[in-house]
Amino acid sequence: MKTDIILCGVGGQGILSIATIIGEAAMNENLYIKQAEVHGMSQRGGDVQSNLRISSDPIASDLIPRGGADVIISMEPMEALRYLPWLSKTGWIITSSTPFVNIPNYPDMAVINADLQKLPNVITLDIEQLAKDNGIARSANVILLGAAQKALAIEYEKLEDAIRRVFARKGEAVVEANIKALALGRAAQK
Amino acid sequence: MSNKKLLLGDEAIALGAIHAGLSGVYAYPGTPSTEITEFIQGNALAQERGVHSRWSTNEKTAMEEALGMSFMGKRALVCMKHVGMNVCADAFVNSGMTGVNGGVVVLAADDPSMHSSQDEQDSRFYGKFAMIPTFEPSNQQEAYDMMAVAFDFSEKQKLPVLMRVTTRMAHSRAVVQCVDEPRQQNELNYNAVAANWVLLPANARRRNDIVTAQQAELEEAAANSTYNIYKVPQNPRPEGGKYPLGILCSGIGYNYVMECVSSPTFPILKISQYPLPKKLVRRLLDECERVLIVEEGQPFIEDIVRGVAEMPNVMGKLTGELPRTGELNPDIVKKALGMQLSECYAPCENVVPRPPALCQGCGHRDVYAALNEVLKEYDNPRVFGDIGCYTLGFLPPFRAIHSCVDMGASITMAKGAADAGQWPAVAVIGDSTFTHSGMTGLLDAINENANITVIISDNLTTGMTGGQDSAGTNKFEAICRGLGLSDEHLKVVVPLPKNMPEITQVIRDEINYKGTSVIIPRRECMQTLQRHLKQKKAEKK
Repeated sequence: MKTDIILCGVGGQGILSIATIIGEAAMNENLYIKQAEVHGMSQRGGDVQSNLRISSDPIASDLIPRGGADVIISMEPMEALRYLPWLSKTGWIITSSTPFVNIPNYPDMAVINADLQKLPNVITLDIEQLAKDNGIARSANVILLGAAQKALAIEYEKLEDAIRRVFARKGEAVVEANIKALALGRAAQK
Repeated sequence: MSNKKLLLGDEAIALGAIHAGLSGVYAYPGTPSTEITEFIQGNALAQERGVHSRWSTNEKTAMEEALGMSFMGKRALVCMKHVGMNVCADAFVNSGMTGVNGGVVVLAADDPSMHSSQDEQDSRFYGKFAMIPTFEPSNQQEAYDMMAVAFDFSEKQKLPVLMRVTTRMAHSRAVVQCVDEPRQQNELNYNAVAANWVLLPANARRRNDIVTAQQAELEEAAANSTYNIYKVPQNPRPEGGKYPLGILCSGIGYNYVMECVSSPTFPILKISQYPLPKKLVRRLLDECERVLIVEEGQPFIEDIVRGVAEMPNVMGKLTGELPRTGELNPDIVKKALGMQLSECYAPCENVVPRPPALCQGCGHRDVYAALNEVLKEYDNPRVFGDIGCYTLGFLPPFRAIHSCVDMGASITMAKGAADAGQWPAVAVIGDSTFTHSGMTGLLDAINENANITVIISDNLTTGMTGGQDSAGTNKFEAICRGLGLSDEHLKVVVPLPKNMPEITQVIRDEINYKGTSVIIPRRECMQTLQRHLKQKKAEKK
């Protein structure tokens, strides 16, 4: 198997913790992993992305070629569209529907939504509202991960196990909140 | 227990060094090198072994501290971003003359495409002109493994080793297989010979002859390095003829080539150790009609291979097959190989840029707001900026600075401008940048009582790189006084919107004073503040 994933959003939105969970699950399966991250200046409220590649065979490049990504997981709707040239024609976009407006010329949301709806495989979710309604406000990003599970080609239980290991240090309550978030995401993808 | 770990390239370098018996890391934070030192600071084995890991004031002090540790026989690592090499160049180049006792590895992280930098300089040139052997790993596993090889090589050759990586190596994770038994640290020894370390002309001439003569041996070692690989394709060479194409690649350029062609039909020479082994390059040129050179950074190898004769069958960045600037990626390399690019979506026209910005609530914001308000009252004010988060003050909404060249240049350029007759000449510099390279320039200004106003915007940390300790915290007033500044023109304010009347008045007064003054707006960085509040909350639980 081989899955190429682009994780994206705005600096500070926590895309790297999604990457950590996927990476943990993949490593436990003895898969090969490459994960290119953005550190430094752009983390100050700029656009950030991470190229995450998992495969049963060795991976050469740290970067995903254009047209190669199987999934774009985005914490922000306009940011999901920024990486469109990297998305495979059969790839999926799983994105939060809530815009993060920290620039004066943020486009009209109707325009962004129209662009998203033009694509064949898109899931948009109001993850922040969903998280709030379920009392797990801090696990909104893991809802996205749950919604992306099928497209990732990683078994649901493997992601659950990874969450348990990644968040074990933070206590049972945090683990349970994230497991719940993953389940909410899975329910939403159907 | 499995010794597999998912590590950033930087972390692989750090762990490789610890496992190679490191005794000290010396560094100043700089993207994309910062995570190396941070990893060592947090590593249990390094702590248990007492590995030195506190940040240095700048790259030059770091390099010299490492040389001192090497002088006493122990292994030292120096880390910096590429432009840090300029700061430590004096120590670095002359360490090629003194040689080393304990192994020294100098890690330079280059930043092609300038994700977080002011230029694209390629550190391999430093290795060449300092006659220092240079390593360039292709992936995280090599980065880990090569640290031990580099330290051994450094001690064998009695020379420092330069290790060069680029952003995508430094900031990409992969699974790394680690050794079971970390090497022990070196014992203190007195083997360093003064006649090698005292670079009086008579000693230096002798050392220069030795090191120059050693270059042939270094090149031979590179030719035999297990990291410099000549890959012959499965298909045989056309009888009596040449392969139509050969690839010469280095560092992560190799990965992009392999991404495009998983089972190549042409020879590939991968270079990860320099001096460039001419023997291997000649073989490739002999066996192939044309050679494409794929290297991340400036055309370092290509320039050597093409030479003055401009061999027409050697292609790469100088001939337009690959872009002359910016980092490589798999698509650029695919195109250079003459392969069809994958079908893909066009960029979405409605997506707008989202540039980085100063954090909400950041003290630098209040400094620029106050400065802009005061400077409206003057004709042609000029503000000389420096390197850090506050460089973002160039962008809207502030548009507050007119220059940013290198670490510390704000104060010295303001002084030069004042010497030329400019007034008001204002310098804006951060606390960490001030101790890195601003203090010496301030002494120049104070000695002449230059008509400049220096703002040391003190957020108690090295902010841009993620909040590392700043060398001068709690010492800035004392430093300024020590350099000879009078208390009368040394002002401290708290940059908050409610203090705007006071801050603007202080700035106005000090601009109007005909001489050198320093204003220190001081308030903690929002990033470290949030981290500290979180820690406190966790401790309460």
